Amino acid sequence: MALLEVRNLVKRYRSPDGEEQEVVRVAEFNLNAGEELAIRGESGSGKTTFLQLISGILRADSGSIVLSGEDLTQLSEQERDARRARQIGFIFQSFNLLQAFKTSMNVELPIMLAGGSDRARATALLQRVGLTHRADHFPRQLSSGQQQRVAIARALANKPALVLADEPTGSLDARNATETLKLIREVCRENGAALLLVSHDAATLSEFERVIDFAAINRPQQESATR
Amino acid sequence: MSAGTIILSSLRQHALSTWIAAVSLALAAGLLTSIWCIKDQSRAAFENSGAGFDAILAARGSKLQIALNSLFHLDESTGNINWSDYEQIRSNAAVQLAVPFAVGDSYEGYRIVGTLTNFITDVEYRRGQRFEMQSGRVFDQTLREAVVGSFVADRLGLKVGDHFHPAHGVGREAHDHDDEYLVVGILKPSNTPADRAIYIPVEGLQLMSGHDPKTAEQISAVLIKFKANSALVGRQLDNLYNKEGSRLTLVWPIGFVLAQLFERIGWFDRALTLVAGIVALVAIGTILASIYNTMSARRRDIAILRAIGASRSRIVTWIVLEAATIGLIGVVLGLVVHVALMAGAASLLRAQTGVVLNPFEWHPILVVAPISLLALSALAGFAPALKAYCTDVAANLTPLS
Repeated sequence: MALLEVRNLVKRYRSPDGEEQEVVRVAEFNLNAGEELAIRGESGSGKTTFLQLISGILRADSGSIVLSGEDLTQLSEQERDARRARQIGFIFQSFNLLQAFKTSMNVELPIMLAGGSDRARATALLQRVGLTHRADHFPRQLSSGQQQRVAIARALANKPALVLADEPTGSLDARNATETLKLIREVCRENGAALLLVSHDAATLSEFERVIDFAAINRPQQESATR
Repeated sequence: MSAGTIILSSLRQHALSTWIAAVSLALAAGLLTSIWCIKDQSRAAFENSGAGFDAILAARGSKLQIALNSLFHLDESTGNINWSDYEQIRSNAAVQLAVPFAVGDSYEGYRIVGTLTNFITDVEYRRGQRFEMQSGRVFDQTLREAVVGSFVADRLGLKVGDHFHPAHGVGREAHDHDDEYLVVGILKPSNTPADRAIYIPVEGLQLMSGHDPKTAEQISAVLIKFKANSALVGRQLDNLYNKEGSRLTLVWPIGFVLAQLFERIGWFDRALTLVAGIVALVAIGTILASIYNTMSARRRDIAILRAIGASRSRIVTWIVLEAATIGLIGVVLGLVVHVALMAGAASLLRAQTGVVLNPFEWHPILVVAPISLLALSALAGFAPALKAYCTDVAANLTPLS
């Protein structure tokens, strides 16, 4: 059963000098519930924009993004924020933890934003990623690998149906990258979440059974118009 | 985890600017409330400081000067009047009590008042309150004896049995008389100007060595209490002394005359209020600046919060609450500043005039000012909140270089 269905999705940006450029044009893209999929793409190919469109951070210029049967493009920004909080977990290349908050608070925060309060869930996730003993530390007191593990726990905090991972191993050394990737896949499976990972790293991509080339699904029109 | 935890964590991250903003607001709040309270309390205290008297009779001169000199031991006397003037007013059927005051001498900067024992025994300085002795007794009218106010005794360490030489004049030009006085009594604190004066027999001051012999039959003023219907008696005496006569001045009603003091210094009061207002605005500006300046550094945090599901309105609310929290810390600290400033002003005013202020006395400004400053603080949060509202999420989530 399709968790995510993308149809005729288009996103354009306007550069500071007024040129409008199309960066995403995806005719069709599907992801099933609980599925693992890696997207290969070079830097600047628009794959991060694609993930931000799927998550509702960016509004599409046209097309549809149906997540769990609901078209995100038809929702207001506030409604998309609410769906994102409940249904989508995000893992970033540079971890993006909140420096003012302790590790435990970073994991609890999405639960609160989704309207809940479940400290036990946050504690269990930290335990799962092996950081119970770091719960009261601030992100700056953790290593890169540990920070990404906190980010993984945060992404899974609301038991999301979909986890989006944008170059999640891009800031880690090889050993940490392998371990982190393994952990992401394991916790997604344990929580029944589909995983959509984008990367340009061959080692990371080689771990996935299903890998698609972003260039194969994203065909932006090359003409630009000066306004 | 609650919004409060998020706000406090954020404030902790910018602790220095938070405290600077909160302390400036505290100073502004304390200054604003204390100026108002000092102004109103001192005005009420002065206007009600007739010390149980309805009127003062003295040599022709400024009514305010006479009142300040006779009641608060401030300013100079307008001159002397004859003992017969005292006798005349005392024998008026409408007068319940007349107390002669002779001034012009001092001891260690504190004024000496020559008077009769009835000032200490008969005057009801507040309804139901008369002067009481803390130790010793009232002076003997025929001897060189003195009763010392509690504040003077405390400051100069005077006690019953001590001797002192009064000085002629008041202030730096004062020089000692040969006469030696014995302290026979110390007054209990009355929170009136009497606390900061020394009382001796009126004849003693009149006949002090070195005084002009002419002063032997003269006094400085008579403090008068009417029997009843003071308005009618006051008007009659006002006509007699102020309108028909030209040698004497009757100060009546005392509260009305003292109110003129505040009209005269009204400009100073307005200037202080203006300064406090400006300080408050600067403090509010500091709150705005302290949060606004952190917004650039916090763009990434705001983008992360948005990415994990926080709506724009939620972030705006947090930032406004953050400003309000700084405001709350400021106004709470402001109450401490208020009490400290009031205590300082009370001590100064008591030392200078004997008028007592209560640092803990209730005043509506103690609610109005904090609530207004709190509201303004929250309002100041809207500018940085707007900046946060406009944060480009996608652009601020890019990997750090």
